[in-house]
Amino acid sequence: MSMYFRRQRTKALTSISLLVLSILLAGCLGNDEEWHGKDISGLMPELEFTLTDSQGEPVSGNDYSGRVRMLFFGFTSCPDVCPTALQKLNQATNGLGPELQDEVLTLFVSVDPKRDTPERLANYVDFFGDNIVGLTGSESQLRELAKRYRTTFGYEKPDEDGNYEVSHSSAVYVFDRTGNARLLIRPDLSPEEIRQDLVALIEQVPD
Amino acid sequence: MSPLDYLLPYDFSPLTILSYMFLLGFYGIGIVRMPADERPGSLRIVTFVLGVMLCYGVMQTRFDYYAQYMFFVHRGQHLILHHIGPILIALSNPLPVMRYWFAKISPRWGLALGPLGRVYNLLQQPFIALFLFVGLIYFWLWPSIHFDAMLSRDLYWIMNWSMLLDGLLFWWLIFDPRPPAITSSLGYGKRILILAVAGVLQMILGAWIVFSRDMVYDVYEVCGRAWPLDPEVDQFLGGLLTYIPPAMMSIIGILLILRRAMREDGKYTNHSTNLEERAS
Repeated sequence: MSMYFRRQRTKALTSISLLVLSILLAGCLGNDEEWHGKDISGLMPELEFTLTDSQGEPVSGNDYSGRVRMLFFGFTSCPDVCPTALQKLNQATNGLGPELQDEVLTLFVSVDPKRDTPERLANYVDFFGDNIVGLTGSESQLRELAKRYRTTFGYEKPDEDGNYEVSHSSAVYVFDRTGNARLLIRPDLSPEEIRQDLVALIEQVPD
Repeated sequence: MSPLDYLLPYDFSPLTILSYMFLLGFYGIGIVRMPADERPGSLRIVTFVLGVMLCYGVMQTRFDYYAQYMFFVHRGQHLILHHIGPILIALSNPLPVMRYWFAKISPRWGLALGPLGRVYNLLQQPFIALFLFVGLIYFWLWPSIHFDAMLSRDLYWIMNWSMLLDGLLFWWLIFDPRPPAITSSLGYGKRILILAVAGVLQMILGAWIVFSRDMVYDVYEVCGRAWPLDPEVDQFLGGLLTYIPPAMMSIIGILLILRRAMREDGKYTNHSTNLEERAS
């Protein structure tokens, strides 16, 4: 009798382990490969913020709804990461047909409000094309937004001229027309790959 | 930031704070009310509270901020949640306090806890316990899953809580103070075997992270670090924290079990062996 139970238990153990293993494997292998960026649907909350635009006006996440939005954190004194990323996003959107270009908006959020005044921000983003908005806010507003998208930023000690580095996320967060978080674009993606993802997002009809 | 800010949670979780308050509250009330001859000594009480507060500290203070944006701090967080905290709690042997409360609750509640007990017994099967303990470490460190867990707030909380709860289950199974000769607790040989296998499997994973030439965990690169630290150094330190301290915990655990086994040698007559001998 006890042998019988033991055998049953071993059987149950084996089947449970197999089940768990197969779930794990399914989770690892079942990646959807249709996007070039990383699919973050369901992982992150929808777009929401209260910030100031480059005209000094308060803006919220709803003010730009209806378009596909690319959120990027940076600062205007950024030596390489930000210009490269913005240049790339600009190339990606320029590659879209003229009728699609207005469907995409880049939100450049400066996490360096001390140096990045609205005017300075306006000059900076104008350099990178029309469909880009410069945003900033108080440090607490910016911290809240960064925390919402599980990123952070920090300031290095200023040198004798008062210049300092700012560490920030190098990823671009893409939201669909209704504001749902959809893709995370890593810095190693090419403009062409970003463009393909944007087209696919624009063509999706909102539910 | 004022010193107080470092003690406040980075990501406030009411459920977490409530759970810790309930745990410490029930423990404290139990300690005060229970008969003095059953009460654990002060060293055991301090050990228990230290274990609980360490876990609380890495979940609901500024430490959590650094754990979210630095790989090696994250590994330190899991070292406490999955190893050090639960080890201290298990070694403090809170069993008398649990017995006190179990005797207090009405039999109806006792019955309601029945299914929970069956789940507990299933999870404490040696093979399942080992599989869960090592499996969870591998699962949450699987690069694509780790990436998601660090991006999603919900997954992040599930990850930390699952590590803590599994740590408690595992180390309680290992350090169960009841002698296996006369109770249903796991035999010392099996406990040592589990610890050895768990140690080796963790060393393989840790060594893989330490000696990986390329970036395995780039989510910290993508989402910004708490301070500018070379990514390779971060991954190297995190790998070391996965590699060495857990292996040490396994060895210390084995030594503690050996010491206990030697002390109990010949102390209890093993009824089941007697029965088996009589039957043959």
